[in-house]
Amino acid sequence: MSAAHPDKEGRWAWRLTGFVTLCVYIFMFAPIIATIVLSFNSSMFGGFPMTGFSLQWYGKLLENEQVLAAFRTSLWIALVTALVTTALGVVTAFALVRFEFPGKQTLSTLVILPALVPETILGVGLLVLIKAVDQPRTLLLLVLGHILLAMPYVVLIVQARMVGIRRVYEEAALSLGASRSASFREITLPLLIPAVVAGALLAFTISFDNTSASLFWRPAGVETMPTQILSMLKISISPEINALGTVMILVTVGIPLIGGLILQGFTRLRRRNKPRRNDNENVEHQAA
Amino acid sequence: MTKGWTLYDSRLAWTLVAPVLLLLVFFLVLPIAVMAVYTFFTFVTAGVEATTLTLANWQEFFTDSYYHGFLFKTLRVGAVTALICGVLGYFPAYFIWATTFKHKWLLLLLLIVPFWISFTIRTFSWIHILGEQGIINVTLLKLGLIHEPLQMLYTEGAVIMGLLHFLLPYMILNVYVSLESIDRTLIAAARSMGCTSAQAFREVTLPLSLPGLGAGLLLCFVLAAGSYVTPQLLGSGRDALFGNLIYDTIMGQLNWPMGATLSIVLFVVLGCFAAVYTRYMGMSQIVKGLSG
Repeated sequence: MSAAHPDKEGRWAWRLTGFVTLCVYIFMFAPIIATIVLSFNSSMFGGFPMTGFSLQWYGKLLENEQVLAAFRTSLWIALVTALVTTALGVVTAFALVRFEFPGKQTLSTLVILPALVPETILGVGLLVLIKAVDQPRTLLLLVLGHILLAMPYVVLIVQARMVGIRRVYEEAALSLGASRSASFREITLPLLIPAVVAGALLAFTISFDNTSASLFWRPAGVETMPTQILSMLKISISPEINALGTVMILVTVGIPLIGGLILQGFTRLRRRNKPRRNDNENVEHQAA
Repeated sequence: MTKGWTLYDSRLAWTLVAPVLLLLVFFLVLPIAVMAVYTFFTFVTAGVEATTLTLANWQEFFTDSYYHGFLFKTLRVGAVTALICGVLGYFPAYFIWATTFKHKWLLLLLLIVPFWISFTIRTFSWIHILGEQGIINVTLLKLGLIHEPLQMLYTEGAVIMGLLHFLLPYMILNVYVSLESIDRTLIAAARSMGCTSAQAFREVTLPLSLPGLGAGLLLCFVLAAGSYVTPQLLGSGRDALFGNLIYDTIMGQLNWPMGATLSIVLFVVLGCFAAVYTRYMGMSQIVKGLSG
């Protein structure tokens, strides 16, 4: 595009744009890199300067029962959230894209609201509701809350892809005698897979990462990973937190990256192995 | 197909959306409705309230300047954050859109990666940059430029910095999505008609990318004004925002009616901003921005 900026003014503007972009990227990643580097610091304190290389804080972390328990809790909650949100989100997106029904517009707006309403408000609201009907805070409530928070993203991602899949493919299957569920399973779902995987991964990270709402919703005595980190931070910035942060970064960045790579390899493999089943493949190309 | 049902029967649609609809009703609509009712309940003592209806909570909110100060500060911090995000975020969005760099996807991926990293970790990692033992202070002390660590952490500046760090990817992606939808031949046309590149940008690219910028500004403003963790970790007590006030009122003082009142206030105020926005711009741009 720099070809489109042949005048002097344009060249300077372009250089400035590049420079600001670079600064923004540094701004985005410098603190994260600092945390990772400091997790290997041998110093007793969680800050600079570096006094030597050490893995002792990772060892300490593995012995910390509270942290391990919080990690397990968060992992389970995130897995359940990802599964349920994806299943419900796909079905909802299907209905919102393929069907015309009264109240559809209201419903599509309502579905994205949890992403726009501040978590503090959602958090307080649910607490007030269960207080009004005299129910305790339970793990189930926390999981359902996470599902609510992740739902907008899953529905939007699946919807965006569903719009690109023409309904004639499903209708062809139906006219050839496939049942409603069979046509969904055999035609719609395979074409949706990239969006389904992306949605599930996002739902997982949203749940695993959720802090503000979890502070309100968690049952007494239950800590998720982020609330555990918050309560550790109240005491001090120990090097152990840096190690914990680094592990979390590796997990939450690693899982989607590996998932994406597997997905890419999988589609490539499928295309190579089944060049003959071109009806299915053509559909995919057109949809993509 | 079920007997007697047409192919795209609305009854089937309702069956499909029923679970999500129930979830939205019980976890979003009802809570906010019940909260609205709670604002009229009477606070007796910590954790206890009477169902006697009163306007006391609203009266307290409207007359006590303590709350006005909090609301004003929250809106100010939200607006400042959104504006800086808009200015700083436009450059990378434009760069990614216009660059001829082969591995453009990498730049986009790097913008999405922060979404995967725990928000709490991203926020507290600023302590390593701004804190007394942070990289800036340690370096400046070593160089002998300062003799005492600068107080950068636990200030409003640090809170805004943390919010920027969290919100910039939202802004960049929103602007980028809207730039992507511009027909590039329009710019070439403007140039061939004798526009300088600055004029072409001002007259064509910028106006056409405004919907994305607007959606980004709204999103950043709402998310910043509703934040809780960032002021908690990077600010001092004086830098607490409305979200912290709500949390303390409910979890600390156990004053549920007042907490509900404050939540409804924040909900209505932010809702007004969103309503004004959607009135003029529609909802579709936000949808585009959120789904990346």
